[in-house]
Formats: sequence, C-alpha cells, structure tokens
Amino acid sequence: MDDLKTLEDQITDAIRAAEDERGLEAVRVSALGKKGAVSERMKTLGRMTPEERKEAGPALNGLKARIAEAIEARRGVLAEAALTARLKAEAVDVTLPVATPARGRIHPVTQVFREVEAIFGAMGFETREGPDVEDDFHNFTALNFPEGHPAREMHDTFFFEPKEDGSRMLLRTHTSPVQVRTMLTEKPPIRIIAPGRTFRCDSDQTHTPMFHQVEGLVIDRSTHMGHLKGTLEAFLKAFFEVDEVETRFRPHFFPFTEPSAEMDVRYTREGERVVIGQGDAWMEILGCGMVHPNVLRSCGLDPDEFQGFAFGMGVDRLAMLKYGIPDLRDFFAADVRWLQHYGFAPEA
Amino acid sequence: MKFTLSWLKDHLETDASLDEITEAMVRVGLEVEDVHDPAAALAPISVGYVKTAERHPDADKLQVCSVETKDGTQQIVCGAPNARAGIKVAYAPVGAYVPGIDTTLTKAKIRGVESLGMLCSVRELELGDEHDGIMELPADAEVGAPLTDVLGPSDPVIDFEVTPNRPDTNGVDGVARDLAAAGLGTLKDESVEPVRGAFAQPVPVEIDDEGACPAFASRLIRGVKNGPSPKWLQDRLRAIGLRPINALVDVTNFLTHDRARPLHVYDAAKITGTLRARMGREGEELDALDGKAYAVTPDMCVIADDARVLGLGGVMGGEHSGSEEDTTDVLIECALFDPLRTARTGRTTGITSDARYRFERGVDPASVLPGIELATRLILDMCGGEPSEVAVAGRIPTERATVAFPPSEVARLTGLNVAEDEMDRILTALGFAVERGAGQWTVTVPTARPDVTHKADLVEEVARIVGLDDLPAATLPPLQPVQMARLDTLPARSRAVRSALANEGYLEAVTWAFTDEGAAGLFGGTDPGLKLANPISSDLGVMRPSPLPNLLLAVRRNRARGAESVALFELGGAYATDKPDGQKAVACGVLSGTGPRDWRERRQAPDVFTAKAHALLALEAAGVTTANLMTIADGPDHYHPGRKGRLGLGPKLILAAFGEVHPGVLAAMDVPGPVAAFEVFLDRVPAARSKTTAKPALGASDLMPLRRDFAFVVEEGVSAEALIRAVRGAEKKLVSDVRLFDLYEGEGVPQGHKSLAIEVVLQPKDRTLTEEDIEAVSGRIVAAAGKLGAVQR
Repeated sequence: MDDLKTLEDQITDAIRAAEDERGLEAVRVSALGKKGAVSERMKTLGRMTPEERKEAGPALNGLKARIAEAIEARRGVLAEAALTARLKAEAVDVTLPVATPARGRIHPVTQVFREVEAIFGAMGFETREGPDVEDDFHNFTALNFPEGHPAREMHDTFFFEPKEDGSRMLLRTHTSPVQVRTMLTEKPPIRIIAPGRTFRCDSDQTHTPMFHQVEGLVIDRSTHMGHLKGTLEAFLKAFFEVDEVETRFRPHFFPFTEPSAEMDVRYTREGERVVIGQGDAWMEILGCGMVHPNVLRSCGLDPDEFQGFAFGMGVDRLAMLKYGIPDLRDFFAADVRWLQHYGFAPEA
Repeated sequence: MKFTLSWLKDHLETDASLDEITEAMVRVGLEVEDVHDPAAALAPISVGYVKTAERHPDADKLQVCSVETKDGTQQIVCGAPNARAGIKVAYAPVGAYVPGIDTTLTKAKIRGVESLGMLCSVRELELGDEHDGIMELPADAEVGAPLTDVLGPSDPVIDFEVTPNRPDTNGVDGVARDLAAAGLGTLKDESVEPVRGAFAQPVPVEIDDEGACPAFASRLIRGVKNGPSPKWLQDRLRAIGLRPINALVDVTNFLTHDRARPLHVYDAAKITGTLRARMGREGEELDALDGKAYAVTPDMCVIADDARVLGLGGVMGGEHSGSEEDTTDVLIECALFDPLRTARTGRTTGITSDARYRFERGVDPASVLPGIELATRLILDMCGGEPSEVAVAGRIPTERATVAFPPSEVARLTGLNVAEDEMDRILTALGFAVERGAGQWTVTVPTARPDVTHKADLVEEVARIVGLDDLPAATLPPLQPVQMARLDTLPARSRAVRSALANEGYLEAVTWAFTDEGAAGLFGGTDPGLKLANPISSDLGVMRPSPLPNLLLAVRRNRARGAESVALFELGGAYATDKPDGQKAVACGVLSGTGPRDWRERRQAPDVFTAKAHALLALEAAGVTTANLMTIADGPDHYHPGRKGRLGLGPKLILAAFGEVHPGVLAAMDVPGPVAAFEVFLDRVPAARSKTTAKPALGASDLMPLRRDFAFVVEEGVSAEALIRAVRGAEKKLVSDVRLFDLYEGEGVPQGHKSLAIEVVLQPKDRTLTEEDIEAVSGRIVAAAGKLGAVQR
C-alpha cells in the first residue's frame, strides 16, 4: 500500500505545482483520466480477491475523491489569481479629466418673465401676448392719447415708412396694446399680464431701443386702487423674496389711467448690491392706475359698469435689481461670457 | 420746471420748511427731481481781502495776489483783469469744490509760482453768467465771513416734473394752489387790479384765423425807459437758469414762470402798419430771437405786420421787432394759440421755448387779461411810461366745463373713505366750484384745468390731495372657477423648447428685433412695410426676417473675442409683414466651432446633421411626433445648397429649416465658418389633435424581438429616408424599427452608388416566428427596397 501513498504524494505535488488551468487539467487527466494513474489502479480491483478488494477498494476510492477535491480547490485558487491579475492589468488613471457636456443657460429676461408669470399666475392672472408691430389705434388712440398730445411725443416712438393712405405702423412703445386687444376680444372678469418686447427710439447708458415690459390688467365690477396696492405689494414681496416691502404711491399722469400713480419702493445699498424692501431711499419701480374711462369705452366696456386697474414695469430693470446685473446694454449683446455668467440653468 | 422757495412764498403764506414743501409736492403728484441749495455749495467760500497784487514774473496776464483770508495770508495767482489790491473777493481755499468749473482745488504751482486757493467769479460759483472778472464784494464785508452771509439769505431752487396733464403747474401760482389745498398754507390773493389806460391802443391788431389764434390782447406803453431789470427779478431768473436780458423781456419771462402766462413785447417803432395773426405763406422766413432763420410754412400761425413776419405764434418772436435797450414804445402781446398747431410748428422748426412748452400743453384763457395787466404794472414799475387801454382781438373763451360727480366715485375707484365735506373742501381749494346734491354733485372746472373732463379726474384730484398713502392694501378675490392656463399653447411650447436647447448646450440670447438692411437681404429681405422711418442707427434699419442674421453677428463678435465655440439660440420674432399675424415665433440656433479638444474623442465641426439633430430636438420639445416628420432636401437660400433641408409634416406643413449657413452669406457678414443653424417655426406646430389626455395602451409583447441586417446598394440620388420608409412599410405588422447603421461609398460599390446598411427589428405579436416567416418578411423587405432600385449586397 506504500506505493498508493507515494502515488498520492506525486499527484498532490503535481496539483500544487500547476500554474494555470491547462497545467491543472493535464494533472487531472494523468491522474483521473481513462488512462490515468488512479484509473489504472482502479482497473486492478477486478482481479483482486474479495478480501484484497475489501481493503484496496475504499483506499482507492478515497484516493480518487481526495485528488478530485484537491484539483477543484486548486482550480479555485488559480481562477482567483487569474481574475486578480486581469483586474490589475485593467487599472487606469482615474484622474484623467472627463469632458462633461456643457449645459446652456436661459437668458435673465426669460428667467424673470417666468418668475413674474408664476407669481401673478398664483394670483389668478393669465398671460396674453401680442404683436410688436402695432398700429396707432392699439398703441395710442385706444389708450386715450389724443392726436398731437405731448404724451405721444414723450414716447419716442419708432415709426415705419408711411403707407399710401398716410397711416404708419409703429413698434409698440409698451405692451398696453395687448390690454386693448384683450378687452376687445374677452369679457370681464379679465385678469391678465402682458409680457413682451417694447421699443423706444432712445439709446444711451440706461436706455436701449428695445427692452422688455410686463403689464397687468384687471377688469371686473369692483376692483379698486386698494386691490392694486395689495396686488403689487404681494408681487414685490414674492419677487424680491423679502418678508416686507415698504411702498409709496405718488400721484402721476398716464393718459390711459385715472387716477394714475407711480409706485416707489424703499431700498438701500450694501456696497454694490441694491437691497429692495427696506432702507432710507425710494426707488421708482412702476407706473399704475385705474383704467381710464375713455380706454374702457374704446374697448367697448361701460365705465359705469366695469372698472379695474392696470400697471406696467420694466423687466430688464427688475432683472438688474434682483440679480445684480450692472449694465442694461449687455442684455442684448449676446456675449457668451455674459450669458454663461448671468444666465440660469435650464429646467430638466 | 424750476422755482425758488422765496418765489413760492410770494403766492403761498406758509411756515412750512423746504423739506415739508418738497415732501408735500411729491405726495400731491408734483414729482420733485432736484433741490439745489446754493448756500450748501458755497459753504467753503468766504470773504478775502487782496492786500497786494503784482504781475506774475513769467506771465503778463497773471497777478500774484497776497490775500488776507480766514486761513491767514495766502498767496494766490489770479488771471482776472480786475484782480487788484484793495478789493474784497470770494476766496475758495485749497480743498474746496468750485461748482462752476467742477473742480476740487489743490495746491498748485502756476508758471512756477505757488498758488493756495482761488479767487472766484460769479460764474465759477454758479451764481450767474458773468465771467468778466472775479466777484468784487462790498468794501465793508468782513474778512473770513462766509460768502453766503454777504450775499444775503439763500434761496433754494426746486426743480420738479410737470406732467402733460397739469399745464397749471407751469406757473409757480399753480404749485402754490396745490400746496394750499394739501394744507401747507394759505394761497395769497391772486387777483389783479386793472391799470387805467390813458389812450386808445393805437396799433391795429387783427386775427385772420381764430382757430389758430383765438384771442390777442394788446397794449402799448409809451415812453418807457428800458434797461436792466431790478436785482430781485434778475436773481429769480438766474436761479431758474435764465439769462436776464432787459427789463421788458425779463418781465415776460417772469410771468411765463410765475403765472404760466407767456407774453411777447414788441418795439412798437419797428411795427409797420397792422399787426396780424395769420397763417404763414410759402417763402416767408423769420429771423428768430435765437439768432437762427426759420422757413415759414402755410400751416404755421405767424404774427406779421405789413412788411414781414415778426414771430411764430406761441413759439418764438423775431429779431427785428424785439424789445431792445433803446425801446421807448413797447407793445405787449398776450394771446392764445392753438395747442396742436403750436406743437406742430415747434416740431417742424425744432424750437423748444418756454412759450411753446406752455402753449402746446394749454394756457389758461382766463389768464389773458390778468396777464397783460400784471405785465403792465411790472413794466410801469421798472421802466415808467404811459399805458394805453387794452385792445382785444378775437374772443377770449370763458366757458367753463361742468362735470357730474357722484362723491361715491372716490370710494368706488380708490377704496379710500373720504368725508364729503373734505372732498368739497379739496375741490374748492383747487379752484373748482362745487354744487352739492344728493348723491350727485355738479362740479365746475376752472379754465386752468383742461385735463379735468370726467368724474374719474375728480376722483384723482381728491385722492392725490388726501394722499395715496392712505390706500388700503386689499387682496384680489379668487376667481371662480379657477383659471388654469392650457398646456398646449405657444408660451408653453416656447418654454419647453428653451429648456431643451439650453440643456443641449445652447446659451439663450436676446438680440435686437431689427437688423441691418443689407444683412436682412441675405435672409430673404424685409417687407417694404417693415423699414423704420426713424431707426436708432442705419445698421438697425429694418425688422429682421429671422433672428438668424443677428445671431450670426453675435457669433462673429464672440469668435473675434476668442471664443472657441459658440452655441446660441434665440426664441423671438421673425417679421414677415406689418400685420399682427406677420410676426412669426421662431426658435433659431447657431453653432460654430468645435469646442475644446478632448483626449477621448475627436470633436467634429458642426455640420448639417448637427443642425438637423437640434432642430428635431426643438421640435420634439414643442410637442411634435418627430417620427412623423419628413425631410425635404431643399431650404432657404441662406443655407449651403447641398447641405440644407426642411422638416415637415408634409410638403405643405414645413416646421423647420436647417443646414450649414451658406459660405457666401458668412463671407458677406464676415463670420468665420462653418456655422450650423436651424430655424424652427413654432407657431406652425399644429395643436394636439387628440381630445383625450389619456395615453394609448402600451401593448408590449412578451415575445423576443428579432434583428436582421440588410445591406443595399442604391443610386446616389436615392434618399436614405426613402429607403427606410420603404423597408418600414414592407411589413408594418412585424417591422417595429428600422435603423441605418452604416453608409459606405468606395471600393466594391459601383460608381455613383452608395451602400446603406440597415438593421430591421421584427416584433412578433402573437406567436414565435418560424424560419419560413422570417424568410417571407425578408423577401418582402428586399422587394420593397428593390422598387427604389436597391440591390441587396
């Protein structure tokens, strides 16, 4: 039986010496294959006496099982080592920079329009839009600007070349024509805002020939100036994200409202930054008033039955105040550095 | 409009401080723009005494003065011709701000001689226009005393904005009336005693056109001695920025500002025959008082005598007949002119005068007679002389409008609760006559307030005097039913498109709605109706036919600044006609440059396919089912002829154009190429047709999809889209997707042909496909492709 022990030692050494899957398979074949050393020994069992067989059988079967187990164990070790080696070879320098796709930006004017629409939307205002190229009726006449009135002159209107009939189209100087169009086509109660591009023939450090406005209009049977004040104060608090805003209404003149007022808001400067809401100075922020009876009449509404307020404000200026943008002219220069810096991340 | 505090107090009995007055003005709607207190600016200036003055060693015109001052004796170099020993002067020390030259003084060496401070002229201290020499102060002025003590009490100047509806506040008396109504004092008696005339007004005055000049009051004063006006008048005029001329002219300027009553004074000796208010005649000309000549047109109202035009009515008088120092007989004109015609004449001539400003806003007709009487009194006081009677040509309108005013209107429109007695008091104090009735008042409007024609105007009068600070802040009631914006609208689509493009890397730009006419010509040109008559500059002369030219100009500017790549989009108007529907909402994008180099991938210059991909992205965001779109291989001329396309839901319903911008266009605009661009026509996107918000059933199959590859050789002219469409249509029930994964031209493919490799996905619905099924489908696919001339490779 000593030779069995010798055989087992030989095979076990060979298993241990196998460096890879192939070497191990060769050992398995030489031991447990059809003509393997162990298999050959198994064949001798038939020629043995029952007594011999009784002793040699279990010994051979035990040997066979132990070898098979040793091979499997070795196979596991080799697979583990192979994986480790492969992973090691696959290692990379993870500090290499990756290019993230550049995200674009939304223009501050769009951002502010969205904020304004959201805040007024929460108060029941719907958005209405209208054309930039307007006629005299919608921009002036229906809004109670008498022909030749100095208030028309003050609007620095862009005109187009006159038509054959002498009339001339113009670029709207405010979004009030949208109010007119809405009153002419919809029935009260009306509660809208009209955001959009507006134009005045003026260009200097603080004026651009094109700018943006949002106007509001409420028409029903009972809205008065107190509602105007409450609505605008609610808007300013929400827009500037402050708990309190102190405002002042100054009587003013606009052809299309009566009574008319300008609204000032308290502010203070902290270094370069303008803080809206509290402070020792007043800043004019918008114009407003009760819709003029002549405007209501022009739009087919009886001023004794219907009433309401209107207001208008500069959107570019709101953006400048809220987001600390210093120069109006940059809004329209399409400088990618400016857009990247002052723009807003898009919604997903 | 400017006035001084003391001037206001001529009309208003008040103890109120300057601050209280300006605050009240703001409260009642007279927006104070500036308060200038000359005393504040003069604080560092004090009296000095010139002990000696010697010629500068190196300059003939300079004097080196030794000046006794509050800071001790100072050496000051002075260039004034009147700088001499023995006079008292206005001394500004080093460190003082001298307003007239906008300079803060520092120690200086003037031609080598040290100079510590400055001796100031009237103009340098903004006390007037004189600059012939330095100020000479009274000999008894005490050295070191503040200059303001020597000059007497200062008179702050208040500047405020006159709104077009308030012509009455073009006079100080109108401001005083508002302030009195607001409780700041008592309005002084404004009535004017007429001056008895000694003789009939001898100069004939006639009006040809009473529409243009309804009334013309005149009076001759004989034997006046004209000369400088008194100091109080000169001071007032200077304080509000006017130059004193002579007493006669100064009186007219004074009343223009004191009572909003423009007048004109003629040298009667220079009038030939009849003075006539008539329409101008072609070919006439006026040498106006501003020293310029103006052509007269037939729609201008002129004042003329038998020889020539003497003035433009209500706008400006003429050089020829103006009152000069040697005038002895003066004819005063106090007239009314039509506001619209005055405004037109002012616009045509470009003359801006205090008279025009007032006449075009409306001068109170009731001021004609008091105005001429006041002028007479002032002239008699200053220049003596003998007045004629007043002659009036035309008719002074005396009608006063009445407005029916239910006092409840105040609460209805403002929410303010004002007692009826208080409303009555306010309206009366503002010059209205109130006749109270039950629930309805009759209010008579003063002629100075042509703006008040409606009960809402009276509400404003009450509200502004009560003060809008008292407005209650009320909340709008919620609307029933709740308003909810529809989702499928242009604004909603625009919002989604903006986000999609920004997420793809585009920066949103906002560029001018106008553009250069030449540039517009490269993009189809502009409708003749969209050419601006008064553009801000010639390169912004027409409305843009597309946002594209302005975005390309932005690409040029950004690339010139060194930007490696520029991806911009704008969502805004493209202007086709001047009709409301002529403005189209376009989402336009431009892409230029490859961006930064990267170690992992090679960046490619943006091309027609990038443009197509991004146009599709925008269309999908706008709610278009992009699988239904067809690509048409043509497009606007501003794109590369071989690299452009349109996307549509059919040949008639084009939703977008895309391509590489034509190299010729880029060259003409000096933009570096290539640039990929797209224009998505948002308002052409059809509204969703489905009435339901429910989505269709998913219908996903449990059976495995199969994939088969085909390679077809087709002629160059056969479009990939046609082949894909044919393959898709070969067996609609089974083919769920067709993907083109390779395009090959070259060896192995005949000249003029290309090889397109396609993967077809077959999705069985109810049973597993057999080999025969697949063979049959493949056969139909090859046959369908074959109709396009495609041969399987």
